[in-house]
Amino acid sequence: MTPPIFVADHISKKFVDGRPLQALLPVSFQIEAGEIVCLVGPSGSGKSTLLRIMGGLMASDGGAMWFAGQPHRAPNPAIGFVFQKTNLMPWRTVLQNILLPLEVQQKKVTDADQGRATALLAAMGLGGFEEAYPRQLSGGMNQRVVLARTLLQQPRLLLMDEPFGQLDALTRERLNLELLRLQAAERMTIFMVTHSITEAVLLADRIFVLSERPGRLAEQVVVGLPRPRTLAMINTPAFGAVALHIRGLIGEHGEREAEPTQSSF
Amino acid sequence: MLYNMHERQIELRQPAPASWRRWLRWLGGHLAALVAVGGAIVLWAWLVEWQQYPPFILPSPARVWQKFGEMASAGDLWRHIGATLAAIAGGLAVGVGAAFSLGYVLGKHPRLERLAAPYIVASQSIPIVAVAPLVVIWLGSGLASKVAVTALITFFPALVATVVGIRSVDPDLVDLMRSLRATRGQILWKLELPAALPIVLGGLKLSVTLAVVGAVVGEFMGASAGLGYLISLGRGILDTPLMFVAIGLLVGIAQALYLTVVLLENRLLRWQR
Repeated sequence: MTPPIFVADHISKKFVDGRPLQALLPVSFQIEAGEIVCLVGPSGSGKSTLLRIMGGLMASDGGAMWFAGQPHRAPNPAIGFVFQKTNLMPWRTVLQNILLPLEVQQKKVTDADQGRATALLAAMGLGGFEEAYPRQLSGGMNQRVVLARTLLQQPRLLLMDEPFGQLDALTRERLNLELLRLQAAERMTIFMVTHSITEAVLLADRIFVLSERPGRLAEQVVVGLPRPRTLAMINTPAFGAVALHIRGLIGEHGEREAEPTQSSF
Repeated sequence: MLYNMHERQIELRQPAPASWRRWLRWLGGHLAALVAVGGAIVLWAWLVEWQQYPPFILPSPARVWQKFGEMASAGDLWRHIGATLAAIAGGLAVGVGAAFSLGYVLGKHPRLERLAAPYIVASQSIPIVAVAPLVVIWLGSGLASKVAVTALITFFPALVATVVGIRSVDPDLVDLMRSLRATRGQILWKLELPAALPIVLGGLKLSVTLAVVGAVVGEFMGASAGLGYLISLGRGILDTPLMFVAIGLLVGIAQALYLTVVLLENRLLRWQR
């Protein structure tokens, strides 16, 4: 068996800005290569904090992390990031935006890169929009551009912070399926923070449930549904059972924010 | 097939007007401006005719034009225009250059800005005409003092714009650059500069028009060349047409500078439209 691609050992975070605030209690977990893991929990449970620490954007107060067998602290180009807000540069065209990571990392963008970028855009239904500016596109299309930008880096681990949270339900469904298809094709590992229990169950192999602040891993739930996943599965009893179980876990630890299972779709 | 549909959608959202219509609209906009200027000149000529003002009170447009012709053919005028342009160019380079660098630092370090802000604001509360004589005493009546006064007056708007511009950089984009392990230089060139540019160019519009004021104030305080010097000279010998020629040229320079920034905006900020 191959070693896990990502290991977190007792990482934690306390903010000391005025009153000290324990955002994240020490958490430990591992992620296997090729796995999709979703992280759910009430708001303020430190989900984004955990993700930023995993991405190396924020230092952990203690503990250690390993990525692909190496000690991991700083941002790593092999770890792709998709944030909640579509963070495209408005002054760059779609093509220029998705080539940015390559520009930053290898200084020179080759014709082969351009070709690869154009092909990827076409595969994601964005063909013909290479020269458009982000403000000319819809929210869903822009989030797809963000996804394309991250995929072009060919990351081994994709960290996603509520990537589809601001999209309408239909677009969200479509992008979920697209993500599943891409993940299967590229054998990527995905770790995604989400508010939606349904989204988590639909996508994940395992679901981490984070308790209310200070964040603590309440449980790791294995989703036993077969792959490939389809939208039709949402209405099966097996799917409902997993969703209900997670719903209960979050309920135990604070009802505040988590949405009812079906409302997000 | 599907994608073609999308493309058409974009075109619908931003309908390109037929070129002749766009041209007509452009002409319409500029025609109004031309008519306004022409009307003002006619009114001015009529006023002089009607009231029979002597030229040292209010010269007629024809008289001013004639004066301009005389000065241009004498060749002296170009030296004065050159001196003022040099003061403006030098002052802008020094003032705006300093504002960009300091503004960048202050924009990145809010604590430093809080420390520096009172001094910067205080420096702006002293009228430039009060400072200019001192500058002339310190730097002499040559080009250096004009450049300094111009630099002083252009500094503030460019500084404020740069600070605000750098502050406006989307923190999510900073995260993105960090997650890509961008160097400081890459963050500056690929993120901070383009992000701050719209606001910086707005400040630059103010700075370039103020630069004309700065150069004239500097030249008032003691100079041997320049359009400000000509105005000062004209006042002394009651040569009002001379003053009008100099003022007209200053207006022209200010317009040209402003227009340059506007053209720069149109070019660099195409993505905003």
